[in-house]
Amino acid sequence: MPKLNGAGLLRGLIGTAGLLVVLEAAGRLGAWDTERLPLVSTVLLRAGELLADPEFLVSAWSSLTTWALALALTIAIAVPAGLLLGMVRPAEVAVRPLIEFLRPIPSVALIPLVILMFSETTNMRITVAVYAALWPVLVNTIYGVRDVDPLAKETLRSFGFGPASVAYRVVLPGAAPFIATGIRLAASVAIVLVVTSELIAGGIEGIGVFITIAASGNRLDLMIGATILVGLFGILVNALLVAGENRLFRWHRARTEGAT
Amino acid sequence: MLELVDLGHNYGSYRAIDRVNLKVAQGEVVCIVGPSGCGKSTLLRSIAGLIKPTGGTVLLDGKPVDGSPENLAVVFQDYSRSLYPWMSALANVGLPLRRRGLDKKKRDAAAMNALEQVGLAGAAAKFPWEMSGGMQQRVSIARALAYQPKLLLMDEPFGSVDAQTREELEDLTLRVCAHHGMTILLITHDVDESVYVGDRVVVLSKAPGTVVGDLPVQLPGPRDQIHTRELDAFVRLRAEVGRLVRGITPQRNTHGNTHGYGYGVETR
Repeated sequence: MPKLNGAGLLRGLIGTAGLLVVLEAAGRLGAWDTERLPLVSTVLLRAGELLADPEFLVSAWSSLTTWALALALTIAIAVPAGLLLGMVRPAEVAVRPLIEFLRPIPSVALIPLVILMFSETTNMRITVAVYAALWPVLVNTIYGVRDVDPLAKETLRSFGFGPASVAYRVVLPGAAPFIATGIRLAASVAIVLVVTSELIAGGIEGIGVFITIAASGNRLDLMIGATILVGLFGILVNALLVAGENRLFRWHRARTEGAT
Repeated sequence: MLELVDLGHNYGSYRAIDRVNLKVAQGEVVCIVGPSGCGKSTLLRSIAGLIKPTGGTVLLDGKPVDGSPENLAVVFQDYSRSLYPWMSALANVGLPLRRRGLDKKKRDAAAMNALEQVGLAGAAAKFPWEMSGGMQQRVSIARALAYQPKLLLMDEPFGSVDAQTREELEDLTLRVCAHHGMTILLITHDVDESVYVGDRVVVLSKAPGTVVGDLPVQLPGPRDQIHTRELDAFVRLRAEVGRLVRGITPQRNTHGNTHGYGYGVETR
């Protein structure tokens, strides 16, 4: 994870602003029919207005809670499972074919099936998101557990600590940086799947539902405005998690960088 | 206090150590030296209960070792891997004390005390990766000291530090262990070090490792890096151990070993 320093951030902002200016200019010069596809400035203005629009906020809150629940459930399932599979080699060997089979199945392809299984839309959305978000956390946890130095474990064992203590005091903290990376990836995946399931399966609330309704009213400004807000939320979550990782796992960074 | 009876270990068909017999008395510092691949580490792991030997027994205070025994600590060569990078030096040293059922306050106090003994009181809040190799190994030694084991096992403890640090750490080990009356089993491939540090030097043969020499070290103490190493007795003993390690037939019989264990002439 490259750390964004001041200069990098500035360049990124300049690049983004430059693209927006070019698009705005092209729109104003008549490159496309702005009645159909609105100007950049219109979309940005609409995105800002949406943040104060009660109807949108209800939908956004619905998506946000679905996402948070999905991520929490993902962590609650994938981290313990990953710890177990990482530590118990025979168990990992036994379920690996299953993992390799299930992992490439696109979560989206499961949506029709899950719709039939759940009558309640929130449960359906959570299930779809968890299914997709599970894999990066599970695989990273297994990898992280494997990466824990055998000598680190032996040291604690030599002081007479049992397997449970070794798992809690050495394996879990040692694997934590990898688990955190998995969770960060899962957070992005879960956003995508929550919105996708809302778009495909519909419902009463949710950003995906809001976008669908805007589309049926031919309101491209609202559609794109809402989409931009989802994207910004994704960036914000990622930045917060990266900052958290940099803070918590300074030791890991120092170690991997010092190991050259 | 420690007794190995016909200790042997095979990895599949490879025999690492074969019928090692050894007795270590309370308070003794015994160095085990041997050529690389003589099963030194296998021996240490068997005693620490990290592996289950395929043959023979390890007796600690007369009781067979099963699993990792209480009252035992290990200092490994690879300090950077054996210290926990997510913990400060103080937390690293204090961690094993959880086994002693001490509360946080007492653990911290004991850990601080041990860090003071190795001269690192000022670095208690530092993380291992902020320290030099020598400092990290001091933290490892402090961790073992704080635990106050009856038996301290050291696996090539000074193998990864520079020569100067190595001498410092050798002296530190001698000093603190004399102070605590700890029994030490130190494994090394360095002939000089074994003679300098040990009350006794036990020589292992090439794999399958077995005891081919057991020599008492009778050097006047306290030992000094310059003075001790220039003594005739030191030079002679070093040559003898060196020959044994290289498998050259020694000039006098060391296999008889009538005075190797519990000899009365403690000169240090």
